[in-house]
Amino acid sequence: MSADTLVLILVATVAAGVPLIFAALGELIVEKSGVLNLGVEGMMIVGAISGFMVAAESGSLWLGVLAGAFAGMLMALVFAFLTLSLMANQVASGLALTIFGIGLSAYMGQAYNSVALDGLKAIQIPLLSDLPVVGKLLFGYDPLVYLALLMYPLLVWFLYYSRGGLILRAIGESPSSAHALGYPVIKIRYLAVLFGGAMAGIGGAYLSLAYTPLWSEGMTAGRGWIALALVVFATWRPGRVLLGAFLFGGVTIAQFHVQGMGVEIPSQFLSMLPYLATITVLVLISRNAATIRLNAPASLGQAFHNEVH
Amino acid sequence: MIKLTPRPQPSQQMLWLSPLLAIALMLVVGMIVFTLLGQNPLKAFHAFFIEPVNDLYGIGELFIKASPLALIALGLSVGFRANVWNIGAEGQLTMGAIAAGGVALWFYDSESHFVLPLMLIAGALGGMLWAAIPAFLRTRFNTSEILVSLMLVYVAELVLSWLVHGPWRDPDGFGFPQSKQFSDSALLPVLLEGTRAHAGLLITLVALAVTYVFLRWSVVAFQMRVAGLAPRAADYAGFNAKRTIWIGLLAGGAAAGLAGTSEIAGPIGQLSIPLSPGYGFAAIIVAFVGRLNPIGILLASLLMALLYLGGESAQMQLALPAAVSGVFQGLLLFFLLATDVLINFRISWGGGRPKPAAAAPQAVAKPVMEGEQ
Repeated sequence: MSADTLVLILVATVAAGVPLIFAALGELIVEKSGVLNLGVEGMMIVGAISGFMVAAESGSLWLGVLAGAFAGMLMALVFAFLTLSLMANQVASGLALTIFGIGLSAYMGQAYNSVALDGLKAIQIPLLSDLPVVGKLLFGYDPLVYLALLMYPLLVWFLYYSRGGLILRAIGESPSSAHALGYPVIKIRYLAVLFGGAMAGIGGAYLSLAYTPLWSEGMTAGRGWIALALVVFATWRPGRVLLGAFLFGGVTIAQFHVQGMGVEIPSQFLSMLPYLATITVLVLISRNAATIRLNAPASLGQAFHNEVH
Repeated sequence: MIKLTPRPQPSQQMLWLSPLLAIALMLVVGMIVFTLLGQNPLKAFHAFFIEPVNDLYGIGELFIKASPLALIALGLSVGFRANVWNIGAEGQLTMGAIAAGGVALWFYDSESHFVLPLMLIAGALGGMLWAAIPAFLRTRFNTSEILVSLMLVYVAELVLSWLVHGPWRDPDGFGFPQSKQFSDSALLPVLLEGTRAHAGLLITLVALAVTYVFLRWSVVAFQMRVAGLAPRAADYAGFNAKRTIWIGLLAGGAAAGLAGTSEIAGPIGQLSIPLSPGYGFAAIIVAFVGRLNPIGILLASLLMALLYLGGESAQMQLALPAAVSGVFQGLLLFFLLATDVLINFRISWGGGRPKPAAAAPQAVAKPVMEGEQ
């Protein structure tokens, strides 16, 4: 394998990891507040089609990205209303969001099936982007890739170095204590869920506007679920989300190159790799029950009701 | 501002009124949406809910679609009652169909009466095998059955895709991804002339009776219910938590495998892709709308089947995309989850009248289906 191929593989790996970074970092914040939103797949796919429709109609890709974020938030708002205001079961509500999102996106995208767009282009930094190897590896991506990478230090700062992050984590650990201290538990959980929706929506929009700039039904192909698994794999730490996302990006890209190298395996078995890898890492990380217990937000998945809203 | 006051006891009336309220809300919203899309709402209603079932054939189709939905939902309800979240029924259906289809193709030239029973056994085992993976990983390694069972849906569909593109592809099928048409010995007989309603319906009825008896009279089912409602109480009482997980998952797997078998031995008659229009996922909605109760599930499956048929009919008559069914299914579950608040809470409208700080009200009324993670 030549150095050029290796660079190509690495660059493709980063791109494949980006939608997972958006969705998983968003879900990380949601879960840190004690809410489990299993609707990531639904929010992503509605983000993907909304972004694509707006971009195709307006001609502006950035408007499309915004629309993806907004659509993800709208979906998240439904979930938040059900689980936070009406105290519906979070698992069932998240599933409903995914089922609804897949149906809604198919409905919305009817007229856009296999329409192609001129996708987001890689930025060109004079001199830097032209450097050999490093130029492609560091300075040759589209802006959303950099936004995804920028989210990491931002979220680390927010979660661990800001007052807001401390409150968020306190609510995730013990909502009744946080409530007793006077923090608006429900309101902050609403904000966290909406943020998660926007991030999942951007992740979906990245798929339909940059990664493969076209719309096809069910194009998220389980990435929302893989993002959920990543949060567990990362034991709720942003840095490991990044690591996991690139790992999965690598697995996704590897399947194409294994075929390219002339290995005689039916393509279906290679396509299974990301799903099997997800199961494997989940088993490895949850094998030790204490790891999960110590790292998971203590109130994850439980409804909270306070008399005084 | 909505104000929720916990009820001292979950309301039994609301437990059954809530699905009806949800259906009514779905219909109202559906009509509004149709009107906004420029359709005559009454005509749309007719096309969606009356047209598909106004003759005998249509009623047969309704039962054909309701049957796998009810069967899978019955199996899932056993797990859901115990907070065992098997959401991979679509994959278990696929695996069951693959196992049963393998039997049908293996005994392609046989006219024996044993082919069908063998297919049913293979189908149930195939579904159970696929459900056993999340059960094993959950009990042995504490791995989330939600994510594992869901991931396995994609894997099962890829296995099926490989089989019908490769080793099991019909050599005379013009390259379409499908197996040979099964021979007659591998097909379920039609029950009623003039319809496609097949003997698979009987499997669902048997499953209904079995589930009813199991849930109503078995100690194991009682223990599983306790594990779902109050996990700590179940632990304290020494109920076997691993058994709960195994039974919860295997019941869904067997049911989904049987549903897959009766699809390929019934209306489809071969292995092909796609095998199911999302029955495995829609069955989750059926289980909830049916209140995890066998009779409720039966009724909910008929409603959900009507949504499927209505979608097809709306596509033909109103040129609406069939995907509109999925939107309605999702809406129905949303509304149900919303109206379920009435079971545990009283709703009042009113301003910010200050109340004395209530002491830990959430301890008074735990939501009935609260997920313990």
